[in-house]
Amino acid sequence: MSAAAARASTSSSHFELFGLAPAFAIDQERLEQAYREIQSRVHPDRFAHAGDAERRASLQWTTRVNEAYRTLKSPVQRASHLLALQGVDVAFETNTAMPQQFLMQQMELREALEAAVARKDPQELMKLQKGLASDQESLEQALARRIDGDKDYAGAAGLVRELQFLEKLEAEIDAAYEIIE
Amino acid sequence: MPLLQISEPGQSAAPHEHRLAVGIDLGTTNSLVATVRSGVATVLPDAQGRPLLPSIVRYLKDGAVETGYPAQARQAEDPKNTIVSVKRFMGRGVRDVAHVESAPYDFIDAPGMLQIRTAAGVKSPVQVSAEILKVLRERAQASLGGPLSGAVITVPAYFDDAQRQATKDAGRLAGLNVLRLLNEPTAAAIAYGLDNASEGVFAVYDLGGGTFDLSILKLSKGVFEVVATSGDSMLGGDDFDQRLFCWVVEQAKLAPLSPRDMRLLLVKAREAKEALTFHSESGITARLSTGELVDLAVDSETFCGMTQTLVHKTLGPVRKALRDAGLSVKDIQGVVMVGGATRMPQVQRAVAELFGRDPLNNLDPDKVVALGAAMQANVLAGNKPQGEEWLLLDVIPLSLGVETMGGLVEKIIPRNSTIPAARAQEFTTFKDGQTGMSFHVVQGERELVADCRSLARFELKGIPPMAAGAARVRVTYQVDADGLLSVAAKEKTTGAEASVVVKPSYGLADADIERMLRDSFTHAKEDVHARALAESRVDGQRLVEATRSAVQADGHLLTAEERSRIEERMANLEKALEGAEHRAIKQAIDALNRGTEEFAARRMDEGVRRALAGKKIGSL
Repeated sequence: MSAAAARASTSSSHFELFGLAPAFAIDQERLEQAYREIQSRVHPDRFAHAGDAERRASLQWTTRVNEAYRTLKSPVQRASHLLALQGVDVAFETNTAMPQQFLMQQMELREALEAAVARKDPQELMKLQKGLASDQESLEQALARRIDGDKDYAGAAGLVRELQFLEKLEAEIDAAYEIIE
Repeated sequence: MPLLQISEPGQSAAPHEHRLAVGIDLGTTNSLVATVRSGVATVLPDAQGRPLLPSIVRYLKDGAVETGYPAQARQAEDPKNTIVSVKRFMGRGVRDVAHVESAPYDFIDAPGMLQIRTAAGVKSPVQVSAEILKVLRERAQASLGGPLSGAVITVPAYFDDAQRQATKDAGRLAGLNVLRLLNEPTAAAIAYGLDNASEGVFAVYDLGGGTFDLSILKLSKGVFEVVATSGDSMLGGDDFDQRLFCWVVEQAKLAPLSPRDMRLLLVKAREAKEALTFHSESGITARLSTGELVDLAVDSETFCGMTQTLVHKTLGPVRKALRDAGLSVKDIQGVVMVGGATRMPQVQRAVAELFGRDPLNNLDPDKVVALGAAMQANVLAGNKPQGEEWLLLDVIPLSLGVETMGGLVEKIIPRNSTIPAARAQEFTTFKDGQTGMSFHVVQGERELVADCRSLARFELKGIPPMAAGAARVRVTYQVDADGLLSVAAKEKTTGAEASVVVKPSYGLADADIERMLRDSFTHAKEDVHARALAESRVDGQRLVEATRSAVQADGHLLTAEERSRIEERMANLEKALEGAEHRAIKQAIDALNRGTEEFAARRMDEGVRRALAGKKIGSL
């Protein structure tokens, strides 16, 4: 591994990279600004005419910055990263326990989605999307309280899993548009 | 040439030296080359003043090659040896090509990419494209008065890895230093955005001769950020010709046609299509080799009717890109039209209707991509002073994945990820004592491997025997700034590392490129050795120059001892550059590259630190 690769991969948390305090509620604008500032220094376009060593270092840094940015932009990824920094594993794969009420609600939403696809009804898809967006928003607010306020990291893990469930449903709704088109 | 100017150690080369860099739009129908001169992007015309080069190559029996207009003039007469729309075949097998039955070529199905048998021997699409690029390189050198330092070549945003790799190989084969592969709609956005000082969210609708792209970009304060891209790499103006051609065959009740008549009618169909942009009616008149006379009239309503499904086919990708970007048509400030095929009124109408606004046509749709590519080449060559550059953030168009049990695909890097990007995934053995694992790399959105494009297969060998599930094999996908993939696999639990790096199979090995170059030199009467020497000199000179300016800018990051070690290697390289041994130059280049690795890493760290310290770059 080259010197730059070692440095790009071992350096601290994604938050630190962008000069942000680790928290679930973040200043999106500051994140975006820091991202662009760094990219404008390390991006391969700045080194297209440089030697191999610099081109490689630039590729590795840019890759790392893109990954960090992608992680912090997504609420699910940002929360899992925060919990990992606190030694809590969200365990998406292994822990599938969910509150009964949440699961019931998810089943109903999926049934509604299937019905909308069967009827080829884009209006219904839009309605589902709207409802989902507001569910996501309230879940994100709950996560901010649990992580930034209560510092209850273990308790936050369950909410992150729920949020990921909603994200999957969102992708299914997107795919449904393609099916009915 | 400024590039070959050697300055005394410790003294920097002239600060205003301008490197000759060009942007090339390697199109399905036409190709162009452009450059930035005195701050203005301009298309470079040929000696007769014609800006376009028809993307047509004709191979003659004696091995000679005709490219552009001369080849175009003979296409109906010598259809089997005159290759048109070769872009459709880049990185493709015979069964991937649409309308293969009406293409008059003698195809050979080869693994990875098809080949074509011509009077001058078997040619791959990469070689055919390289002929086009070579003519553009020579045109640029004649016009700019010296060898090129580098080129940006554009590709459809929706091109997959195989098509991109093929394009880059063609560039190398044509003797170009390919600075970057740039997505066509992104190039158009650069030209449009800089010309109009635009801010906000824009859609670029790019319908070329053979490909369709739709990109959504956020333009703000010198940053061009692609948020989503979508398209169809097998849909373009050619398909409209094809529809009209089929209509003619049907209307005139023609018997199966000879390749020559087929080409003749396709040319007539294209001319009628172009005429229908400005007139409500056009005619198709041709005398076939059978003596039969075809004489038909077609009006725009009939033409719209037969091509309606094609226009409709472009709207699905538009909606998909909007969904991927999380935007609706209301959020789009403007739709930029690119590609000659967008001149068709029915295309303009459909786009206007979907977006609820008139599309933007203020830049020539044939030239805008080449102009944007030239602007980007100018930045990449380092001709723009710091602070005046812009930042381009592009994405990969199609997800990259790996085959898992049952022929399913597991996505590793999802579509619309900003590049460069890397992602790793761990896999394990499923049998006791298993010492090898095979991987199948695929690209596409579908769940089944059979529905995706196969990019590469490779095997990791030498895993020490362990119980099933004990080995930890980490597979890393890395996509570079050209959108090109490389894959590495490594077993992590044991000290005995097994590791492999693959380039997808259709990519040409360096040896292939060398062989093709040798073949071409037998005609060009140029010496391979002379060319290798010239290339290594340019590379070496560039590296000395880059290292010197790095040491000058950030010398404080080095101890006196480190600095003198770098300077020693730099002096060695300069000495090698005075000689005529390309291997010696290459060795000195490698030594200097290795010797500056730590320095490069420190400079990058310093850059990040400065960025966070709020020392803003002017344009941002």
